[in-house]
Amino acid sequence: MVKKIDTTKGLPDPSEVMDEILGKYPTKIAKKRKKSLVINDPEGKKEIQANVRTIPGIITQRGCTYAGCKGVILGPTRDVINLVHGPIGCSFYAWLTRRNQTRVPEGGDNFINYCFSTDIQDSNIVFGGEAKLKDAVREAFEMFHPKAIGIFSTCPVGLIGDDVHAISREMKAELGINIFGFSCEGYRGVSQSAGHHIANNGIFKHVVGNNNRDRIGKFQINLLGEYNIGGDAFELERLFDEAGITLLSTFSGNSTLKSMEYSHTADLNLVMCHRSINYIAEMMEEKYGVPWIKISFIGAEGTAKALRKTAGYFDDPELTAKVEEIIEREMKKVNAVKNTVKPKTEGKLAMMFVGGSRAHHYQDLFREIGVTTVSAGYEFAHRDDYEGRDVIPSIKIDADTRNIENLTIEKDVELYRDDLAAKKKQLLKDGYNFSDYEGMMPEMTKNSLVIDDINHWEAEKLIEYYKPDVFCAGIKEKYIVQKAGIPLKQLHSYDYGGPYAGFEGAVNFYLEMERMLGTQIWKMVDTPWKTEPEIVGSFAINE
Amino acid sequence: MEKIPTLSYIRPFVSTRNACKLCSPLGACIAIKGIEGCVPLIHGSQGCATYIRRYIISHYKEPVDIASSNFSEETTIFGGENNLKTALTNVINQYQPKAIGITTTCLSETIGEDVPLQLSNIRNDSSNSNLPSLFTISTPSYQGTHMDGFNATVLEIIKHFTKKMPSADKVNFFPGFVSPADIRHLKEVFIDFNIDAITLPDYSDTLDNPVWEKYYRVPKGGTPISELEQIGSAYASVELGSFTEVKQGGKNGGKELSAATWLENEHGIKNHKTILPIGMNSCDTFFDILSKVSGKDIPTKYVMQRGRLLDSYADGHKYIFGKKAVVYGEEDLVLALCSFLDEIGVEVALAASGANSGKLQKEIIKHCPEHGKSIKVMSDSDFEQINEECNLIKPDFLIGNSKGQYIAKNYNVPLIRVGFPIHDRIGGQRVNHLGYYGTQELFDKVVNAMIEYKQNNSPIGYKYM
Repeated sequence: MVKKIDTTKGLPDPSEVMDEILGKYPTKIAKKRKKSLVINDPEGKKEIQANVRTIPGIITQRGCTYAGCKGVILGPTRDVINLVHGPIGCSFYAWLTRRNQTRVPEGGDNFINYCFSTDIQDSNIVFGGEAKLKDAVREAFEMFHPKAIGIFSTCPVGLIGDDVHAISREMKAELGINIFGFSCEGYRGVSQSAGHHIANNGIFKHVVGNNNRDRIGKFQINLLGEYNIGGDAFELERLFDEAGITLLSTFSGNSTLKSMEYSHTADLNLVMCHRSINYIAEMMEEKYGVPWIKISFIGAEGTAKALRKTAGYFDDPELTAKVEEIIEREMKKVNAVKNTVKPKTEGKLAMMFVGGSRAHHYQDLFREIGVTTVSAGYEFAHRDDYEGRDVIPSIKIDADTRNIENLTIEKDVELYRDDLAAKKKQLLKDGYNFSDYEGMMPEMTKNSLVIDDINHWEAEKLIEYYKPDVFCAGIKEKYIVQKAGIPLKQLHSYDYGGPYAGFEGAVNFYLEMERMLGTQIWKMVDTPWKTEPEIVGSFAINE
Repeated sequence: MEKIPTLSYIRPFVSTRNACKLCSPLGACIAIKGIEGCVPLIHGSQGCATYIRRYIISHYKEPVDIASSNFSEETTIFGGENNLKTALTNVINQYQPKAIGITTTCLSETIGEDVPLQLSNIRNDSSNSNLPSLFTISTPSYQGTHMDGFNATVLEIIKHFTKKMPSADKVNFFPGFVSPADIRHLKEVFIDFNIDAITLPDYSDTLDNPVWEKYYRVPKGGTPISELEQIGSAYASVELGSFTEVKQGGKNGGKELSAATWLENEHGIKNHKTILPIGMNSCDTFFDILSKVSGKDIPTKYVMQRGRLLDSYADGHKYIFGKKAVVYGEEDLVLALCSFLDEIGVEVALAASGANSGKLQKEIIKHCPEHGKSIKVMSDSDFEQINEECNLIKPDFLIGNSKGQYIAKNYNVPLIRVGFPIHDRIGGQRVNHLGYYGTQELFDKVVNAMIEYKQNNSPIGYKYM
C-alpha cells in the first residue's frame, strides 16, 4: 500500500520530474514543450504557453475544429438540424457522444438523437458535393420541417471548395427557414477551440437578435457555456425557477435555437465555460449592452456565490431574500453529506486535465471534500483561462488565430440597453466585477504543476511522481490511468453519472468520490509503487 | 425555384441519417493494432485520430494510442511530408515500435499525398538508421466503410511483410473483424487441431489486456513480424468472410483482391474461404476445413460442444421458432447471423448494412436455405431506414451493435448486442460469436431475451419456464 504523504509543509518543487519529462524530447521540441509546463506560484504571475499547435506524433487529447463547432456548441441544441457535409466518420463520431441531455416539451422538436451526413463519396470529391448538399437540405426540410438547419463543412469539403455559406443563403431563400453554414474544417485551428469561436460567430450572426420579443420576467438572464452533460442544466434551472430568475436561453444545454433568437433581451449573461463562449458574451455586450459576469456552478460554495452575485446585480430585496433562503436550505443538505464524506476523502490528491474550464471548476468541488489538486491543465484553453483575462492584450496573435474571422460588432442604436450600461457603471464603482475571469492558476496551490495540452508520456510520468488518488480526464485517458491502478473520473461524459452542477450536483459528486476513492478494487490492482518503498514528500491541503 | 438537379441516387434518401457504418481509417487502425509492436498513425487532421481513438476505446475499454500527423491549414497547401517526418520521429522516440502503420484520410487523399514516396524518401535518408518497419494504406473516408479500411490493411500488411522463404508447416488464418474473445477461441481451435497458424490480425491481447504490473506503452501481443514474413510460405490459408475483397486501383485493372486471394495468386497458397462460423451449418463447414487442412479428425472437445449446441437448439427451439428478427451491421456479420437465425427457425425480416458491395442479397440466399429468399436485404442503408422498416415488420428482437438501441427502444423489443461498437455495455470485446462455443453463447442470449420479454410482459409473472 502507498504510504500516506506528509501534508503539512506544502507541495514539493516538481522541477526534477519536469526535467525528466523534457529530457525525453529532442531539443527543439523540449524547448517548445517547456513553455507549456509551469510550476505554479499564485503570488508571482507566471506565463504559460497555450493554444499553440500540437506537435505531430505526440498523442494529444485535443480534437478538431469541427468537434468544437458541431460537437460542443451546436450539438446540444435540440431544434436545429445539424447537417454535416462530409464523409461519414465526422458525423458518426459526434453522434450523441457527449451525453448532452434535453427535455422536449410536448410537441417540441428534438433532433439531437440524429446524426445527419451528406456521406460524400469519391464522385463528390471529383465533381463537387454542392448538388448533393442542396438535395440533402431539401430532404431534411421535407422530412422534419425544422425551423433551422446548420451546415458543417469538414476537411475534404473545405479542400474541394464547396461553399456552404452560399448554399445556405440559397436554400434559406428557397425554403424560407433559417439556414446557415460553418467553415469548421478540422485542419483549420489549433484545437476544438477554433470551432467554438466559429460557432459563436455563426450563432451571433445568424440567430441572436432575430426575435425582439417583449419581456417576460423581472430578472432576465442567459446562461452561457453550460452544455447539460449528465443533466447539469436541469439542476440549475431548478434553482433559477425557484429564485424567480427568468432563464431566457442557455448556450446550449437543454436549449433551443428559438430561445437564442431573443437571448439579447436579457439583463445579464452568466458565463460558465469561459473558453467556449466568451465571444458571444462579448459581442452581445458590444451590440446590445448586456453585461456579463463569470460564475461557476461547480461546487456548492461556487453555486452559492454565483446565486448571490446574480442577485447582487439585480439588487432587489425580495430576490436577495429568496436566494439566501435557497442557499441556507440547500447548504444544510449539502453539509450533511459533506460531513460524512469528507473524513474519508480528506488528504487525498487529484489531478485533472480536461476542457477549457472544467479543470479549473472541479478543483472547487474537490477542495470542498478536502482533496488537493496537485497538477492540472486544459486541453484547448488559451492563456487567459490560465492566467486571467488581464493577459488578453499581451497574447500573441498567430496565424491560426488570424484564420478565424473576428466579427466587427456595431452598437445596435435601437436595441442597445443604455440602462444596463449605466447600471454596470454604477456597480463597478461599488466594487462589483464584470467580465472578470481570473483564470485557474491564481487559485492553485504553490508548486502545483500546470500543464497545457498534456500528452501520454507526460501523464504517465506525473502519475508515477504524484501517485494521485484520482485522475480526471476523458475516455481516451481512462484506461491508461486505470491500468496504473488509479481511478479515472471522466469529466467530459461523467461516466454515465451526474448532474454535478449546483447543490444537488455537489452532493452527487461527493458521494461518487466517496465510492471511487474508497473502493477496495484498487487495492487488488498491483502497481509498481505499491510494493516499492515510498519516498515521503511534503504536501499540503489547500483549505 | 430552381429545378432539383437529377442525381442518380441508388438509395431512397440523400443524407445518411444515423449511419450504419464507420469510416475507413477506423477499420485500418483496428487491424494495425493486431500486429506485434505496431503503432497506428493517421496522416491527416488530429481530430480523426482523436475521434477514432475515443470510439475504439469506448468499445474495447483499453488504452489505444493512435498518432496523428496533425495537419494544419498550411500543411494542406504545402503537403504533409514534414509533418509525417516529425510524427514518425516522435512516435519512434516515445514508443520504440517495431512497425508503424500509416493510414491516410480524406484530407491527405484529397490533396494527393504520395505517402509511399514519402516513406521511401525517409527510408533512403541515410541519417535514419534503425527505422521500424513503415507501411501505408490508402483509406480515404469517402470510400466504403470501416470494413474496407480493415480489409485493405490486412492485404497491405501481407504485401509489405511477406518474404520469399522456404515453405513452412504453417497455415494462414484471416479471421476478419471479430471480437478479441472470438480470436482467442479460434486460435485455441487451431491449436487443438495441431495446426501452426499465423493469425492476422491478432488483437486478441492488444485490445483486451489484463491489469499490468507495469505500464506497456505498446501493449503485448499481436501477430509477430517474424510470422508475417513467413505468410507466403504457408501451405494453406483459411479466410473467414464473403466480403473481404478490396477493390484495387487502375494498375491492377480494377480487380478485387483479398489477402488470401493475393497469396493464392502470388504464392500459390490454397485458400479455404468460408463465412464467419456462427450457427451449426457454418461451424460444420469451418471445422471440416480445419479437419481437411490438418488431416485430423475433429477433436472430441468440439464434437461435444457441437452436441451440446444441438441439444440446446432442441431445448430452446420452442421459445424462438417463428420470431421475427432484424439484423444489421457489417455485411459479413449480417450474413453469418442470418445463416444462424435461419437454421434455428427465426424469421429474419430484415438484413441491413451500411456497406454496399452489391453481393449481400446473393450471399444471404446462398447461405440461408430455409427462408433466404424471403429475407428483405437493404444495402447502403442507414438506421432511419431500418427504423422505418421496423414499423412495418414489428420485429420481436433486433440483433446488432449499440447504435440500433434507439430503434429497439422505439418498438419496446430486446436488442441483442453483437459486433462493433458496443459502448453502452461492458464487455463488448469479450462477446463470443464464433464456433460452436460462441454460437452457444449467442443462442442462449437470443432465447433468454425472448423468455425475459415474455416474462416481463406477463400479468402473472411466471418464474418457471
